[in-house]
Amino acid sequence: MFDLTGKCALITGASGGLGGAIARALYDAGATVGLSGTREAPLRELAAELGERAHVLPCDLSDAEAVTALPKQAAEAMGAVDILVNNAGITRDNLFMRMSDDEWQSVLDVNLSATFRLCKGVMRGMMKARWGRIVNISSVVGSIGNPGQANYAAAKAGMVGMSKSLAHEVATRGITVNAVAPGFIETAMTAKLTDDQRAGLLQQVPAGRMGAPEEIAAAVLYLASPEAAYTTGATLHVNGGMAML
Amino acid sequence: MSDIPDRVRKIVVEHLGVEEDKVTESASFIDDLGADSLDTVELVMAFEEEFGIEIPDDAAETIQTFGDAVKFIKEAS
Repeated sequence: MFDLTGKCALITGASGGLGGAIARALYDAGATVGLSGTREAPLRELAAELGERAHVLPCDLSDAEAVTALPKQAAEAMGAVDILVNNAGITRDNLFMRMSDDEWQSVLDVNLSATFRLCKGVMRGMMKARWGRIVNISSVVGSIGNPGQANYAAAKAGMVGMSKSLAHEVATRGITVNAVAPGFIETAMTAKLTDDQRAGLLQQVPAGRMGAPEEIAAAVLYLASPEAAYTTGATLHVNGGMAML
Repeated sequence: MSDIPDRVRKIVVEHLGVEEDKVTESASFIDDLGADSLDTVELVMAFEEEFGIEIPDDAAETIQTFGDAVKFIKEAS
């Protein structure tokens, strides 16, 4: 089940914990993977660890021109982009009353606008191929909000609305567009939490623990697979039960 | 140059699955040939590739009929 042999997947934020796990899962299922991220060294490490079907495609997602060029570079390196996983994300947390325009805009740029541009950039190839899988990594915060994260929550909720609209438009072409909304996962992003914050958060999680990156990767693998052809416009919530949506 | 209408017609016939004689000068892709809005985007993509030209989005919106397409491509190529 879930054989991606012959498929080429572009994964953003592959230098992070979540992106790395996603890349590994798709690679292990047989896909050729394009690893994108801002920091080249961890991408190279991951590519070396994976093997010859892994390509390194550094890109600064806050640079609109670089983002627009990325799908083309990925298609040249791999031959096509059949699967796009928009996983890269940044946080610039602040209380709403103190949040600067810059904090707002930079989070919207990287998390939402880059997702828009990348989806647009891969669409032509997917339309011609009559096959495509887009998986946008949203967040539980996009559904339930989080104090200090108005910018992040807005971007993550925006990804879901965008995914649904695009899913409507391209469904007849064999292209699915879905979102995965992780809850609290053990990554560098959540490693910044204090012990008190962590304990408080876990009280809200019926599973009583944080999720592992591999548990998000498994959801992405399903949505990227041929078996998920009839699943589109969906948001798969992987959050240990903290929000049963 | 003179074969542009034939090449455009071939793309339209193949993509929309319509009879060749339906693809007249004034035939509207959407109103007469059964295209939906995404089909028109795909037609423009196919024209770009066939003729090696770039059709910007604002120009693409003005290409509503077979005649519009032929005229635009003649001017662009």
